[in-house]
Parts: sequence; structure tokens; C-alpha cells
Amino acid sequence: MAPAIVVSDLRKSYGRIEALRGISFEVAVGEVFGLLGPNGAGKTTTVEILEGYRARDGGTASVLGHDPGTSPKALRERIGVVLQQSEPSPLLTVRETHRLFAGYYSSPRDVDEVIALVGLTEKRDARVKSLSGGQKRRLDLGVALVGNPELVFLDEPTTGFDPAARRAAWNMIRALRSLGTTILLTTHYLDEAQQLADRVAVLRDGEIVREGTPSELIGDSGVTQIRYRRDGESVVVETTEPTRALSELTTAALDAGHELEHLEVRRPTLEDVYLELVGEEPETLE
Amino acid sequence: MTVLVHQLRFEQMTFWRSREAAVFIFVFPLLLYALLGSVYGDEIDGIPAEDVLLVGLFGYGAATTAFGGLAITLVIRREAGALKRLRATPLPPPVYLLAVLLSTLTTFALQSVALLALGGLGFGASMPRNWLGFAGAVVLGVASFAGLGFGAASLIRSAEGVSAVVNVVILPMAFLSGSFGPTTDFPAALQAIADVLPLTYFLDIVYGVYLGGDSLSADPKALAIVIAWGLAGLVVALRRFGWTPRER
Repeated sequence: MAPAIVVSDLRKSYGRIEALRGISFEVAVGEVFGLLGPNGAGKTTTVEILEGYRARDGGTASVLGHDPGTSPKALRERIGVVLQQSEPSPLLTVRETHRLFAGYYSSPRDVDEVIALVGLTEKRDARVKSLSGGQKRRLDLGVALVGNPELVFLDEPTTGFDPAARRAAWNMIRALRSLGTTILLTTHYLDEAQQLADRVAVLRDGEIVREGTPSELIGDSGVTQIRYRRDGESVVVETTEPTRALSELTTAALDAGHELEHLEVRRPTLEDVYLELVGEEPETLE
Repeated sequence: MTVLVHQLRFEQMTFWRSREAAVFIFVFPLLLYALLGSVYGDEIDGIPAEDVLLVGLFGYGAATTAFGGLAITLVIRREAGALKRLRATPLPPPVYLLAVLLSTLTTFALQSVALLALGGLGFGASMPRNWLGFAGAVVLGVASFAGLGFGAASLIRSAEGVSAVVNVVILPMAFLSGSFGPTTDFPAALQAIADVLPLTYFLDIVYGVYLGGDSLSADPKALAIVIAWGLAGLVVALRRFGWTPRER
């Protein structure tokens, strides 16, 4: 099957600032693809080009077989969009808002089903203005799904959520994936990418610096850390042969008859890899 | 077509639910008519005051509904990101704008009926001599002031400021053009300003059809000026209108 998204050497500048310096990636049908990177790395620019909001300066892009640069109606029928910031009419109810958007599509999903999917059934008849921030984001997601899209763009879908709301949103996105929907997700939360994405591209200063499955990215680093405490001091051993190193450590400790306090063996997390990739300087993280 | 009706339904639903808009746009001209109708005596410039004021507030209503209402709605929606969001749906932008325009026309048509009812029943105002011309004036008023409303929405950046800006334009314009009473004693400088305002010419046309039984095009110069103002607003909109938030 042809990929849902093919991007090749995509370029975009704002004045003299190069927001995208020739990025390339593909998203397979049914895949959850995460664009990960700090603010200003080019995530939203990439997504907005693919959604048809922005014109690219160079390279090619294909979304469900269409050129998003011309934003054809046939493409808009088949995609769903959650923008970082958009507030629907505060005066309509949740159900009316879904019905309004459902009316734009030729074969929409059942409105009540979508409302249930995003967990707003209890708020069905509440006006949008009375919803909490998290509920409004769920409404955005519901409205994005009501047209029965094959591909959904989620631009930082959980920014500003509390941990419980984030877990709920993740479950919704997983449910969506299990329905076969292709998802392009941007986030600056590593755990989010790790939890949801089948594959991740790490963006930094308009370039993709690493791409692969979350475990591939972590696997790129061959180092395992062994941590323990000795006399109240934290000790970190980094090794490429964790079995041997651990055996030596524990044997020595047993022989000497003391405990390896707070013993911990850990693989680098995606976060470690990510910080290494994007650089730990505060200005790149901001 | 179906989607146009669908959008129009939701536009009207949203309008009537917004109490601020419904009061400012729909009730205010009626209220002013009742107030001014009670203040002015029998005649203004030899014409029954209730008729002069009915024409005046009809014009004020057109400006408030089409120019003010449209500018406020579009700027607030644009800054909230709602217009941007719509662009990602299959709804064609011209269909959306047409629905917004037809909703404005619906509101103003209802307001005109309410004004005639209030004038006729409450103050003994006469009914239009030329009904068809009067209906045409409803459409002309909405079309021209909507053009200006689209233009204004393209220039106004902030959702917070849009009501204030719109009122700063509408109230002096309505005052100078004679919506609220006679302007014959105004100083020459103010009359010179009034002589370029679209509402002045729109009121001339409405006087013609309402009191004189003239056709809508009886005064081609006035008609041309009213249309020209609407087109000027539209030209600004075509050059400057954007769907994405301006602020931030």
C-alpha cells in the first residue's frame, strides 16, 4: 500500500530564518508517527504544510496521494485536524458542534459515537463555553474525527494537560489507532512519543536528526547504566557489558559482605537519547 | 446548497444565543427609535417625525447589523482560530462567507419588520409606499455595509478592540448622516463629512422608496455611491482578509 504521507527535501523559510532545511520522511498507512522536538524546531511548520495551511518553499509532499500545497477538497474530506489553538463557537453545545462539523463531510461518523469515543457523553448538551480546558481539547479531537478521516494531524494534543487527562488522551489516541487511522503527532513530550508513536523523527533546528522506532532510538545507545550508593555517595557505572559488570560488582560486594544500596540497572530512556540529540543547552530547549 | 443551508442554520442559532450581539445589533435600533420617537414632536423638516426616524434607524440598523455585526463576528472567530480550523474542512470558503452574509440579511430583514411594526403600531408611522423598493433597500443596505464589514474585519487586529472600533465608526456616522434626527442646522464642516458617508446616501434612497414611492434606482448618484463604498470595502477585504489569527 502506498504510504499515507511522503515528504521529500521539504523546505520553508520565514524571511531569513530557515524553519525547515530539507526534511524527508514517510508515514505508512495505519501508523502513528511522532514528530518530536523542542519549540521552534519546525514541527508545527511541517504539520501546517501537510494540512494545507502553509506553502512550502521547496521539496515535495504527498498526503493521501494529494499535493497539500493545493489543499484540494478531496483531501480535506479525508483528513482530520487538531490545531494547537482553536476555539469553536462557545454558544453551541458539544453535540451541536459535532453536528455542525459532520455536515461538512460527505460520509461523517455517527455524532453520538464520536462523542462517546472522546468521552464527552455526559457533557453532550453542555455549551462549549462551560467546558474545562481538557474537555475543550477532547471536543477538538471529536470534531477532527467526526468526518471519518483516514489521517489525523494532532499538533501537541496534550499540552497543558494534567497527568490524568494526558493518560485519558493517550488512551483515546490508542483507540483511534486500533480503528486503523493513520496519525501524525507532534509533541515535545518524550514520554508521549514513547507511549504512542510507532516511529519517531526527532527535529532540531529544521532538520531531522534521528528517525526510527522509540526502541531503535534507545537501542542506538549501547550503554547501560548501573547505579548504587556507597557511603551515601551515588556511583554510576556506564558499561556496554552490563552482565559482566553487574556480576563483578555484586561478587565483590558479597565477598566484602556489604550491601549495594539503591542498586539500579537502567537502559537509557528516550529522554536521555533525546537530550543528547537536541543538545542540553537551555536555549535549544526553549 | 445543502451545506449552505446547514451553515446558515447554525449561524442564526449562534446569533440569537449571543445575548450581547442580539441586544446590540437587533434591539438597540428599536430602542433608539422608541426613545427618539418619544422625544421629537410632530414634524422634522415638514415630514412626520415618526417616518423620518424610522428611515434613520433603518439605516442605522443596516450599518449596525451588516457592518458592525459582521466585523465583530469575523474578527472574534478569526482570533479564536475558528476560521483557520474551518479551512481544514471540506466546507468551501465562499459557501461559508455566503452563509454568514445570508444570516446577516436574515437578521436585518427581521429587524426591518420589527421596526415597521413598532413604528406603525406604536407611533403611527406610515408604511412603505414602494414595498418592493423597500425590500430592495434591505438587500442593498446589507450588501453595501457587509462589504465595508468584510473590509473592516480585514483591518482590525484584536478581538478585544473590535466592538469599540466598530462603534466609534458607526455612531458618529449615524449621527452625521441624520439617523437620529435632522442635520440641517449642522455646521458646514460636519455636513461636508456627511456628504461622503455611505449612510447619508443610503438614507436618501430609503426616503425615496419609503415616503416617495420611488424606485431603488431613482437617484442613480446615491445608488452608485452606496455601491462604491461596499465595493471599496470588498477590495480591501480581497487584499487583506486572512483566516488565521493576527495576534500572537
